[in-house]
Amino acid sequence: MILSTTLEFCIFIYLLIFSFSYFTLHSCCLLYLCFDNAGQFFSSGHTNNWAVLVCTSRFWFNYRHVANTLSVYRSVKRLGIPDSHIVLMLADDMACNHRNPKPATVFSHKNMELNVYGDDVEVDYRGYEVTVENFLRVLTGRLPPSTPRSKRLLSDDRSNILIYLTGHGGNGFLKFQDSEEISNVELADAFEQMWQKRRYNELLFIIDTCQGASMYERFYSPNLMALASSQVGEDSLSHQPDLAIGVHLMDRYTFYLLEFLEDIHPASKTNMNDLFKVCPKSQCVSTPGHRTDLFLRDPGSVLITDFFGSVRKVEITMETINLTDPIKQKPKQKDWHPPDGFILGLWTLILLVFFKLYGMKHLKHIF
Amino acid sequence: FDTSAPETVDPSSVPQPKDDFQEELVIRPLHSGDIYASFQFRTVWETDFMRGNKVSHYRLFPKSLGQVISKFSVRELHISFTQGYWRTMQWGQPFQPSPPGAELWVWFQDSAECKVYAAGCVDGTWKELTNVLSGIFCASLNFIDSTNTVQPSASFKPLGIGNETDHRFLRYATLPREIVCTENLTPWKKLLPCGSKAGLAVLLKSEKLFHSSFHSQAVHIRPVCQDWQCKTTSWELRQTLNVVFDLHNSAQGKREWSLFKMFSRTLTEACPLASSSKIYIDITDNPQGEQFEVSPATPLLSQAVVLGDRRTFSVYDLTQQITFGTVRSLNLLIRWKSSEGDMLRPLLHAERYVAGYGLQTGEIHTLMYNNHPYRSFPVLLLDSVPWYLRLYIHTLTVTSKGKDNKPSYIHYQPSKDRLRPHLLEMLVQLPPNSVTEVTVQFERALLKWTEYTPDPNHGFYVGSSVISSLVPSIVAMDTNSTRERPLFSSFFPCKEESSYFVRVYTEPLLVNLPTPDFSMPYNVICLTCTVVAVGYGSLYNLLTRSFQIEEPSPGLAKRIANIIRKMRGVPPL
Repeated sequence: MILSTTLEFCIFIYLLIFSFSYFTLHSCCLLYLCFDNAGQFFSSGHTNNWAVLVCTSRFWFNYRHVANTLSVYRSVKRLGIPDSHIVLMLADDMACNHRNPKPATVFSHKNMELNVYGDDVEVDYRGYEVTVENFLRVLTGRLPPSTPRSKRLLSDDRSNILIYLTGHGGNGFLKFQDSEEISNVELADAFEQMWQKRRYNELLFIIDTCQGASMYERFYSPNLMALASSQVGEDSLSHQPDLAIGVHLMDRYTFYLLEFLEDIHPASKTNMNDLFKVCPKSQCVSTPGHRTDLFLRDPGSVLITDFFGSVRKVEITMETINLTDPIKQKPKQKDWHPPDGFILGLWTLILLVFFKLYGMKHLKHIF
Repeated sequence: FDTSAPETVDPSSVPQPKDDFQEELVIRPLHSGDIYASFQFRTVWETDFMRGNKVSHYRLFPKSLGQVISKFSVRELHISFTQGYWRTMQWGQPFQPSPPGAELWVWFQDSAECKVYAAGCVDGTWKELTNVLSGIFCASLNFIDSTNTVQPSASFKPLGIGNETDHRFLRYATLPREIVCTENLTPWKKLLPCGSKAGLAVLLKSEKLFHSSFHSQAVHIRPVCQDWQCKTTSWELRQTLNVVFDLHNSAQGKREWSLFKMFSRTLTEACPLASSSKIYIDITDNPQGEQFEVSPATPLLSQAVVLGDRRTFSVYDLTQQITFGTVRSLNLLIRWKSSEGDMLRPLLHAERYVAGYGLQTGEIHTLMYNNHPYRSFPVLLLDSVPWYLRLYIHTLTVTSKGKDNKPSYIHYQPSKDRLRPHLLEMLVQLPPNSVTEVTVQFERALLKWTEYTPDPNHGFYVGSSVISSLVPSIVAMDTNSTRERPLFSSFFPCKEESSYFVRVYTEPLLVNLPTPDFSMPYNVICLTCTVVAVGYGSLYNLLTRSFQIEEPSPGLAKRIANIIRKMRGVPPL
């Protein structure tokens, strides 16, 4: 039949157009498959590391939240992030609190084994300065012009940022200093603002509160990975009290996180999949959760030191390296649209079939 | 701060300004068994921050403070962080007094941009300066704003040279609530040329320093004369740290003190960048060694006139290798043998408290004691009260020995709600051997609910009163400020021989304001919404609902019968 031959012909034309457009779109990445030596330096995509560590609780009985934050601060400093790249926010002072039997110390293990406060600590926001407004301003960078550098998050589009929050929280909110809350929607919007202003390359968000998983439910910006200490409907529990100090020293999730991080050194190759296994239900009583669907890379290829440390790759070489080809990153995945040639071919096919079925006399109505 | 363009001048041809660094530690055993240690680190630099050329090569002087001075046209800067209250009657007078919390007072330069009448200019610079300092010292100094800043007219005269006396260039603020902890000590130590690695600064371990009755660290910047003619001025930076260790907390009740017991470290070397590094131990009360003994013994003795008295000190010079002995470390030991003898009573001290009951009104009482047996002297009392305690100045009374004592100079600036605090400065003559009481009544204001702190039931702080005075001295003071003297005796400038300058701070006050119940907005919203939903909803339904009669649906048997009847063509049941 004429129809069948025309139909086969149309299908052939359509496939030709479709494949041509597909290859023109995706051929550019094929050229850069073979990296030269310098390219390996940029395989992770970030050049500097920042950390924003926030403790949102006030009063002496919330000692454990300050100890949580300080233990993450200690690990992050030990792995190489300098004080100038850490924004530390502590809502109350536990170390020099008059109730502290050992002033200028904050312990994480009972029997006073480990002083996470140390001798070299710089707190950027303390006391009444830790508010929702200041936290969001630090994240989005909208600070008054007279704010000093140590209180700013001066990250760029090649920064990996670690954000750690701890305190009292609930389903969809985190309480700041017993007087105000931040909701998960606000947090997600703040991260979207950061993404729009290209203030991060990749962001790791860790939260240790009750029902912490609700805080990352609403994230929608790319390149975010989130961990929480408990699911919605569960409480995060504290670890152990110290009878001399009289309060609980740490929360369980952060206690086991600290133990995990103590084994990490700047050259270790542990990846995120090991971090997800920290504090299973048998140790934590609550179920820690994580979210990686917004993250581009596979969590198994993300090193712990990509976020917790500031590892610089230094390689001494005697040869000259020509950087003539621009090193391109894998293009960021946009939403998939069918290639333009496909649509054109499809419409051509539809029109030809229509006119074959109903006769060519309708053609003159169109042209 | 921007970086200047690289200069093409050969650096060796430009004469480098001379700078000098000295460090010292004074240890004074107190009669109560406690021990008072005062560190002082002084950097003098012959340079000019104010003239056009930007200073770019810093050696001993910290760059962060140098940039602050030049950017904000600062002539003098005094900032102190204190934890604890200085008990004058038990401990005597401190070498550098400071109030609890944070205190900052700055004299600004009369620069071309800021003329006297552009008052907003100095205020803008003040705000920026407090923000920058809050970043340098990791303290919440950004809470200093117009509601706690005052411009005292007479109490805070410049301590350095200069002819600026217009008090519109002076700003004074205190934050009595400010906490001092290791995070303030860390950046303070980083300003020192040797850091905390060498010299006396190795003793500054936070775990011991904050486990004390009193801890105060301060930074003082001022211009000083280099020589008698004062042809060149240089900038002096003094970093002072005063600490009083408690007998029972740190020494377990035994009256035996050593460097190791106080600081958990011993000294091994002086700071290599220091031109002088000395330790002074006050042995005036121990001329023959009957009260306490000091080991290792030292042949060096020194006498200095400080705080109106001639004191004798044993000196340990750390720049001499022989001080460290064969063990190559110095651990001074002070062992008490007897506990007799009484202390020289301080001539001036003060107390302050709040009287009254309830949350409506109250009364502030300030008591000033003059312990001199026959001399009277004038004191300047500075009171800065926040706007939410509304002072009734017509109830101000000053009485000494039961009789009215009229002050010869009063400078009062009333407060403006939410804008500025009360400022009261008075010159009062204190009769010999008497107590002078200043009372003023106040009323507590109700704040807006967003102005309360997250813990309002703790109370609100009122900063310490400052009492400055020239107190008659027992011995003649040394008025030659450029002679080589120990640092502790040259802190306050001496203009006349018969008196010395003393500043006493009272306690800060903790006042409760009427506090609302913060859950009330939530309660009101719940109640209102319930009432509206139940009341209005019911009314609306009653008015707009229409009722229809409806047949109840028939049972199953009846429905089947109706279907059969419909098929037959017969009307249903």
